[in-house]
Amino acid sequence: MRRIPTCDRLSAMIKVEGLTKTYGGFTAVDDVDFVCQPGTVTGFLGPNGAGKTTTMRIMVGLTPATRGQVTIGGLHYKDIPNPGRHVGVLLDASAQHAGRTGREVLTLGARTMGLPDSRVDEMLALVSLDEKESRRRVRNYSLGMRQRLGIAHALLGDPSVLILDEPANGLDPAGIRWMRGLLKGYAERGGTVLLSSHLLHEVEIIADEMILIGRGKIVAQGDKKSLIAGAGTAATFVTALDNEGLAAGLKDKGIAVSAAGEGLRVETETVEVGRVAADRGIVLIDLRPAEGGLEDLFLSLTADTQRDAVTEGAQA
Amino acid sequence: MTSQTLGQPALPALDVSGTSAIPFSRLVRVELRKMADTRAGRWLLISIAAVTALVLVIQLWVVVAQDLVVNFTDFMIAMNTPMGILLPVLGIMSITSEWSQRTAMVSFSLEPSRMRLVAAKFVSTLLIALAAVVVGLVLAVVANLLYGALTGNTVVWGLTAVRVLSYFLLHVFGMATGFAFGMLFLNTAAGIVVYFVYSFVLPGLFQLGASLLGWFADLQPWIDFNAAQNPLVQGDASGSDWAHLAVSGLLWLVLPLVVGTWRVLRAEVK
Repeated sequence: MRRIPTCDRLSAMIKVEGLTKTYGGFTAVDDVDFVCQPGTVTGFLGPNGAGKTTTMRIMVGLTPATRGQVTIGGLHYKDIPNPGRHVGVLLDASAQHAGRTGREVLTLGARTMGLPDSRVDEMLALVSLDEKESRRRVRNYSLGMRQRLGIAHALLGDPSVLILDEPANGLDPAGIRWMRGLLKGYAERGGTVLLSSHLLHEVEIIADEMILIGRGKIVAQGDKKSLIAGAGTAATFVTALDNEGLAAGLKDKGIAVSAAGEGLRVETETVEVGRVAADRGIVLIDLRPAEGGLEDLFLSLTADTQRDAVTEGAQA
Repeated sequence: MTSQTLGQPALPALDVSGTSAIPFSRLVRVELRKMADTRAGRWLLISIAAVTALVLVIQLWVVVAQDLVVNFTDFMIAMNTPMGILLPVLGIMSITSEWSQRTAMVSFSLEPSRMRLVAAKFVSTLLIALAAVVVGLVLAVVANLLYGALTGNTVVWGLTAVRVLSYFLLHVFGMATGFAFGMLFLNTAAGIVVYFVYSFVLPGLFQLGASLLGWFADLQPWIDFNAAQNPLVQGDASGSDWAHLAVSGLLWLVLPLVVGTWRVLRAEVK
């Protein structure tokens, strides 16, 4: 048990290199490269069908790659002995035998990995499935309970890497907060987490690094700040005692303003809005960067892969 | 609990030097557990014993009521029917339940060597088939003893090593053919339907073909695995019977096993 130094040769725990997967003429994953560092949570973000799941399935050897490779700790997944002890995997919480109890699912995993059955109770407690629930059949589990069970299964072998596909799917808000805390703590202990989602807000709170994928291609990657900076356009939400006065002041400077709820949406940075307000002696009661920045970026980067066209007014 | 598990200072790096591969015996034990830990699996195992017992009870009843003279072999042959139907289903389901319930995703991520996992499944299914045959033999012994007690007739055993071996072979073949069909189709319903067509419809077609076409009559013993197993049922296989068994078995057991294994090794696990 030791802390992993972040800058040695292990600095990339998961390494995806030139990964391509084609089905006939369809390219599901197109020359994808990225790395995941120990001690970080990496969010793998993209609309449905963008290639997230295929990439993760290739990582653990369930789908063969057409070209390229994935290594975990320098090894191909199939070369990791007793891989459950090193890499925790949750690809589909529903991929469990409906007729088994939650406890039995974990017992099978623990026995396969050669762990004592006491580990099953530890994991059930960790994911807050009580004794009674653990003896129910998975058929009678809600999606949220299945996710908890799947996370418990992934953590059984005390792995140093976690690969989770849509783990927040079906969790209630309290469950999502719980999982966020769990994964943050896991990463702080030096673990490597790769989790996918099609929901931006799920990922942006928890992920240190984000990888945006659309139509099988990586369209952007980096931390939240650099992604927003890369997006260029900043916007501000502001509410003043005198909204009309503020809007007039901003328009004088050639800055676009539109009404948004109680206040205004201004297409510039917060500091510019504050300056105009100060110049005109207008009292502000709310001033903040528009949260939609990253979302706009996400939607625009993946726009050509969306099933629903992003309309002009969607961002207002 | 949460703080205890998460409070550990740091996770180990990915250092596999201290980890050994999963021993094969452990895989077999887990696969055996999987066959009995669901209602479907447990009831299939229970029904193999229960239906066999039921068949023997009915046979005993008829024998006693009509005052027939039978021996141990008759009881053994009687339980071929339930075993011959249910053991192949066991073989099919040991593979297809992983696919229909999608647990193969979990199994293959814990043991990426699919060959080892398939082998572990085969061995565990084989062990259950052997246990089922032993239970069947014990039930037949009980039936024969009851027959003697109820009718007062002499109890005839006539049990030879070849007969017992034939008996085990017969049911191992049945189970293994089911297992191969399961891998071939990776779908419970398709596997069972095709197995029953192979097992109940095909022999009739082969018979028909043999009676209509002269050249087919010469070919039929070499390609009809069901017919080739009949000497096993009777427990009196001769030299040419074994040759027929080997050649037709190559076609209906070994070939599907090879193609099925190839399919499982290559299949994308969804």
